[in-house]
Amino acid sequence: MIEVVNVNKTFHSKQILFDISARFEAGQTNLIIGQSGHGKTVLLKSIVGLHTIDSGQIIYGNEVFSAMDFKEQRNIRKEIGMLFQGSALFDSLSVEENVRFPLDMFSDMCNEEKLDRVNFCLNRVNLENVNKLYPSEISGGMQKRVAIARAIALNPKYLFCDEPNSGLDPKTAIVIDNLIYEITKEYGITTIINTHDMNSVMAIGEKIIYIHQGKKLWEGDKEDIFTATEQSLNDFVFASELFKRIKQKS
Amino acid sequence: MGLLFHLGRYALFLKRVFARPEKCKILIKQIFREAEKLGTNSIGIVAIISVFMGAVITLQTAYNIEMPFIPKYTVGLAARDSILLEFSSTIVSLILAGKGGSNIASEIGSMRVTEQIDAIEIMGINSSGYLILPKVLGLVFMMPFLVILSMGIGITGGWLAGSLSGVVSSVDFIYGIRYAFQPFYITYSLVKASVFAFLIATISSYHGYYVEGGSLEVGIASTKAVVVSSIQILLFNLLLTQLLLA
Repeated sequence: MIEVVNVNKTFHSKQILFDISARFEAGQTNLIIGQSGHGKTVLLKSIVGLHTIDSGQIIYGNEVFSAMDFKEQRNIRKEIGMLFQGSALFDSLSVEENVRFPLDMFSDMCNEEKLDRVNFCLNRVNLENVNKLYPSEISGGMQKRVAIARAIALNPKYLFCDEPNSGLDPKTAIVIDNLIYEITKEYGITTIINTHDMNSVMAIGEKIIYIHQGKKLWEGDKEDIFTATEQSLNDFVFASELFKRIKQKS
Repeated sequence: MGLLFHLGRYALFLKRVFARPEKCKILIKQIFREAEKLGTNSIGIVAIISVFMGAVITLQTAYNIEMPFIPKYTVGLAARDSILLEFSSTIVSLILAGKGGSNIASEIGSMRVTEQIDAIEIMGINSSGYLILPKVLGLVFMMPFLVILSMGIGITGGWLAGSLSGVVSSVDFIYGIRYAFQPFYITYSLVKASVFAFLIATISSYHGYYVEGGSLEVGIASTKAVVVSSIQILLFNLLLTQLLLA
């Protein structure tokens, strides 16, 4: 479980996050939705500790993560996997070396065990015979899957995904969504996903929080979203004609 | 204000770079990788520059001291001292500031803008130590070898140019390069080169590490890294010369 309590964040004297509180349960896919530039990524990066918050608390389990220094955060960070918008695979390393990276840094496994784990993770994301390829030699969708494989290499308790579907075609986007959902259920991970892809919201949104201009304006699940009365949420979610028709039918 | 800001941030950056490494085994492996990338792969350019540098110094010296009362071996002596004292360490460092420095800044900068550095940080790894310490140690380790190589090739280039053009005989040139030899000149040159290597690696990494934006900013950071490293090399050249030779 991850809890965010009254979080505020300012950049260059411009306040980005306003008093945000939320609770993200383990074993479910938690979505943060909102327009681009309204603070989703800042919130996500604040939760993982890439940004220092001005006030409030970030709590992992029973530990106040935001009150710890970099060294103290290490034990929790080892339990975090993150999928970045652009995959953030290491260009100079092959697919195998990318997935192996966290194992090299933090595990005491022998080479054979590491290779077994790498192959297991790659198989789990449905990738085969790509071990020796470099990130530049594989497609965007495959890069995302390698990034997921790297994120789960150390059996994380927490998985963060920043716009996992950006730049992907709808079919590949569904594959990635399903993969994240299955992994969350399989390992009981606390998963937090930043997205503005409505297909993802409708497919895997077990808990959704809506951020608008740095403020949390709504919270619910994918069923509640059809009956939400928050105007800016409706404007955002049902922006397209297709979704407007879906809402009318529902 | 800007200068103080950068100096302070550079000092804090160095503190993180030299923090205890995550795993020594991985660090050693990376040092060798970086030594190859930044050092061994620069042998070609160092050799080409050195041979021409030695040749030109010899020819210029010969034409400038063409007087009957100055012995011919002075050409070899002057070429040797110029190469040992100044050219091999400073010129090779300036060249490497351009080649290696831009390479380091653009590599680290690209990693920053594509969130690869964030990915390392999230795992709880000190990214500056993990990425930059091997580059600093690799280049500092390789630089003395490159400078010694440059000295040898530079003097050989001078000897070839002198004897082939006929401005100084082979016997006179070799006598000159052996005449009144001061071994300390080599120590002085190697100390300078090691300091320059440290400056190139840390300043270039610093500019790459703090890039904000996209590929355009990576290019700007890369250019800044080369310019600042080169200026620092010239500044420290003066300081070290005063300290070691005065």
